[in-house]
Amino acid sequence: MLKKRAKRGPGEINAGSMADIAFLLLIFFLVTTTMDTDAGILRLLPPIVDEPVISDVNKRNVYEVLVNDADMLLVEGQMMDIKELRAGAKEFMVNPDNSPDLPEKHRVTAAECQQKIGEYKAFLAGAKDEAEKQSYRDVLDRWEDKLNAVRLLGEYMELPNSALISLQTGSKTSYGMYVQVQNELEGGIRELRDELCMQKFDRKFTELDEKNDDDKELIKAIRMVYPQRVSEAEPVDLTKKQ
Amino acid sequence: MSRFKEKKSGTPAISTASLPDIIFMLLFFFMVTTVMRETDLLVKITLPEASETTKLEDKALVDYLYIGPPMSKELGTEPVLQLNDQFAKLNEIDPWVSAGNERRDEVLRPKITRSLKVDKETAMKIVTDVKQELRKSNALKINYSTAQGR
Repeated sequence: MLKKRAKRGPGEINAGSMADIAFLLLIFFLVTTTMDTDAGILRLLPPIVDEPVISDVNKRNVYEVLVNDADMLLVEGQMMDIKELRAGAKEFMVNPDNSPDLPEKHRVTAAECQQKIGEYKAFLAGAKDEAEKQSYRDVLDRWEDKLNAVRLLGEYMELPNSALISLQTGSKTSYGMYVQVQNELEGGIRELRDELCMQKFDRKFTELDEKNDDDKELIKAIRMVYPQRVSEAEPVDLTKKQ
Repeated sequence: MSRFKEKKSGTPAISTASLPDIIFMLLFFFMVTTVMRETDLLVKITLPEASETTKLEDKALVDYLYIGPPMSKELGTEPVLQLNDQFAKLNEIDPWVSAGNERRDEVLRPKITRSLKVDKETAMKIVTDVKQELRKSNALKINYSTAQGR
């Protein structure tokens, strides 16, 4: 028996240690792998403008959130606990009782959209230079988006363009608190969107898939109704404000 | 000799020949999913917790800024900014942003996200300053990196 095997030329290489080598490599990659994908709160900073636009924003259209150096909240001139902020932000966005202190909401109808689209199409045809055309095109796009939203969701109450949640912090406010406040504001808007989506389509907003074309339309429409309006405004010295 | 043959009884040994294959499969999985840590952290960072988070989809389009107290105690406890592999001053943000832009294709540049990894005990002053610098360099898409929680 033994003699026969030896005659077969070079013998087989023992592959028993292959597993050990593979194990070593495996352990190396196991240790170095970081599975966590980075998650966080996405924000878009406003671009810098040369001269600050001092728009006389109507007070009712601004939801003022101040956080002082001791991480305490002052919302619309009143002390508030962080737990109430979400509800406060939601109330600001919805204004259910049409309160005069909260933004005046405007009902968007299909007829209005169509009328405006017609108007701006006429303006666009009559525009002379490219800059003028572009500005008309932008407005036209906005109205078309609105019409689309009405088509998908029915008539809705629109927030005024100037409505925003203004978040200001002191220089010693802790970043943890800042993120918590951002989180609550984000959560408020997300809940509103979820509620609307649930009511209209029996699905959560967060379940919509941006890669799916139909869902993309829905996302856009719902964002028209409840836009993301947390302002990352110029840093203001809080001490001077008082 | 014949005695030895008789001894062969009980269950036969399980063949381990396919073990390397299984291990290799696992190995390849981890090799593919691994993202090597690019920078050594010089600052101590405990991320704040948040629940309303968005996942950053494309890792290739994210640049990181780190803010926190330095790891080594000799450098004090004041929060500092770290870009790439070293401490940086505020005025180094602009060149850092342009370097980040240069590395990417022109069409992808507006999609680059700057992710702020900031220690939760940090005072807002440095964060606000960094944000102002980012605005000046027209890097407007930012992300407050958080840990999953609550």
